[in-house]
Amino acid sequence: MHMRKSATEGWSKRAGGALALFAGVTLSAVASGPALAEGKQLTLCWAAWDPANALVELGKDFTKQSGIEMKYEFVPWTSYADRFLNELNSHGKLCDLIIGDSQWIGGAAENNWYVKLNDFFAKEHISMDDFVPATVVGYSQWPKNTPNYWALPAMADAVGWTYRKDWFARPEIQSAFKAKYGRDLTPPKTYDELKQIAEFFQGREIDGKKVYGAYIFTERGSEGITMGVTNVLYNYGFNYENPKKPYQMQGFVNSPDAAKGLEFYKELYKCCTAPGLTNAYMQEGLDAFKSGQVAIQMNWFAFFPGLYKDPNVGGDKIGFFVNPAGPKGHFTQLGGQGISVVATSDHKDDALTYIKWFAQPSVQQKWWQIGGYSALKAVVDAPDFPGSAPFAPQFLESMAIVKDFWAEPSYAQLLLDMQKRVHDYVVADKGTSQQALDLLVKDWTKVFKEQGKQVASQ
Amino acid sequence: MDKMTTIPHTDQARIAGMGEPGKVRSRTRAAKRARGLSDRTMAWLFVAPTIALLLAINIFPLVWMIRLSFTSLNLSMSYLPLRFVGLDNFSDILSDEDIWVRLQTTAQFVIASVALQVVVGFGLALLINRRFRGHSFWTTIILLPMMLSPAVVGNFWTLLFQPQIGPFNYLVSLFTGVPPSSFSMTGEVALAPWTIVLVDTWMWAPYVMLICLAGLRSIPDYIYEAAEVDRASSWRQFWSITLPMTVPFLMLAVLFRAIENFKMFDMVNLLTSGGPGSTTELVSITLKRAAFEKWRTGYSSALAIILFVTVFGAANIYVKALNRVKQR
Repeated sequence: MHMRKSATEGWSKRAGGALALFAGVTLSAVASGPALAEGKQLTLCWAAWDPANALVELGKDFTKQSGIEMKYEFVPWTSYADRFLNELNSHGKLCDLIIGDSQWIGGAAENNWYVKLNDFFAKEHISMDDFVPATVVGYSQWPKNTPNYWALPAMADAVGWTYRKDWFARPEIQSAFKAKYGRDLTPPKTYDELKQIAEFFQGREIDGKKVYGAYIFTERGSEGITMGVTNVLYNYGFNYENPKKPYQMQGFVNSPDAAKGLEFYKELYKCCTAPGLTNAYMQEGLDAFKSGQVAIQMNWFAFFPGLYKDPNVGGDKIGFFVNPAGPKGHFTQLGGQGISVVATSDHKDDALTYIKWFAQPSVQQKWWQIGGYSALKAVVDAPDFPGSAPFAPQFLESMAIVKDFWAEPSYAQLLLDMQKRVHDYVVADKGTSQQALDLLVKDWTKVFKEQGKQVASQ
Repeated sequence: MDKMTTIPHTDQARIAGMGEPGKVRSRTRAAKRARGLSDRTMAWLFVAPTIALLLAINIFPLVWMIRLSFTSLNLSMSYLPLRFVGLDNFSDILSDEDIWVRLQTTAQFVIASVALQVVVGFGLALLINRRFRGHSFWTTIILLPMMLSPAVVGNFWTLLFQPQIGPFNYLVSLFTGVPPSSFSMTGEVALAPWTIVLVDTWMWAPYVMLICLAGLRSIPDYIYEAAEVDRASSWRQFWSITLPMTVPFLMLAVLFRAIENFKMFDMVNLLTSGGPGSTTELVSITLKRAAFEKWRTGYSSALAIILFVTVFGAANIYVKALNRVKQR
């Protein structure tokens, strides 16, 4: 009995101590802010590039306001799709929020990898009409052009060009160019002009250094050469399908005009690029431009804030221009991504809180100011926007003429087929441009048939 | 009594005064279970974790893969119903011209790289076997490449081959007078296949050297002494003693390297990504792209099985040939 009594006393003492400790911890947690009180954390997955650093900076405001700590998983572009599609495919829980590529939207919606945001948008009064239309179609909707939203446009982007403004301004270069081509050396408006400029600079000696004409995308492994060549193809008359008959590609993908466009890209690659750039994408372009190797560079707008700040080639030395027009139109390749909530996340409510916060005009304004690209009309249509950065007018112009690659669930197969056919022709000199595009139609037809689509040949 | 002597536990039971024989027998079994396990049980207990592991990470995935190879599974479209497609995946692969081109590319890479590795590796082994001053130091230096990760090798050779800043092109330029930036080792159709052979040889010739060195050092000295007594020239000694006696080792090296190179992925993927175009796209790169980039799980499972059967069959034929050479 005595034993029992003392055990009870001991237990009550311990319980009292534990209660006191719990109370202490709770009080101190409440006093130290909502984050510690709730211990909430969100993981956001994206690519490792300049805008990701800006997002980390921006995310600090979210943590301050909500108390939810932000963790980031950034993967280099070359393995970005492999890594995160694998994660989504395997229903992993690594990411609560994901800034997924625009082409993933079809697969993500059909496979239920993303949370459908229609109800959430309606509840929080977030209207897709407030965003740039091309970004809504490109990043959020599936099926395309229907009011089914799977992401909030997060990072607007497109392919643009940079040029060495300081070289273009030199009188001796100006006069040499005028003597050769009979016009002033200015940023090109058409692809023919661009080629002339590239040819002009190719092998020229500037400040005692041999320089090259242009840098264009040629990467084989992921999406590089496709994201480069489409900028020319669109403007030469390439279409993914018959606008009146979905999935009918014969005569659209491989039209004689499209074949001419592909030939042009190859000519540009052969005549006017730096040696060794046979497998080059974003980073190689930045390196080539920053090291003063090339006069003009194709790259994504996302990198332009960083380039403008570069001590060697930025500031007054750099200029920007929109993707030039071709004989059949004026378009540019859409880049960028939307932000989505991962369906397998255990923190969906917190992730939605982040999206609600991110959609606010004040946050979008700051996003643009620190290096991200907002797709919110309130930001990009503001009267002072064109003057807010030297590349802002070109960005606005580009976003009005964007076209995107397929966003079908089978996009990865479609993309890799195009990578192969185009690289085989442009870099490896295999066959003709017409043969390359004919084979591409054959590949894509097979993929769509596997997907269960009706593919009309005529 | 006999029983009692053969089963020591019964003895112990008696000593402990535990009663009649019937009870004793059942208690004996219990004691046996508790204290002593048979050799066979012990063996199974020791082997069981390994077998379980093997089943879990080797056999089960293999069986699963065989099952998947008869289906239409595509992980990027997992919402589509899974269909049993019989041998469609296999016939698709075997009738795909591209796959045959990839297999040819792989075979060319395997033959060229293994041949070069055998020549270089055997040459190095002959050199190191002379036991000159500092040979241990040079052996260590020669072995360094094979100790590196293929990812590291791929990345730093990419830099070495860079046409404008890479030292390799400058070295070639020094000897040939060709401008360094006028050619790209990894970007030209004519050079890229040789580039991957060159880098693979640089990395793995030391491995062949090690195997050959073991062969050379296993040849008894008295054979050479007898040859010298017979006034056989060094050349004659090489052809009649050294080479025939190291042939089984060379064949072993060829087997190991051929199997490895048939599966080669990482180094080539880093150096050329299979390019330019598809010039250096080995079948392992095609497989990886089909499985983890295109997500064609059923198709890639079938391709993996075809490759497995090919390597397994070729290796078996080769091993039989190797055994015949050994018996001679």
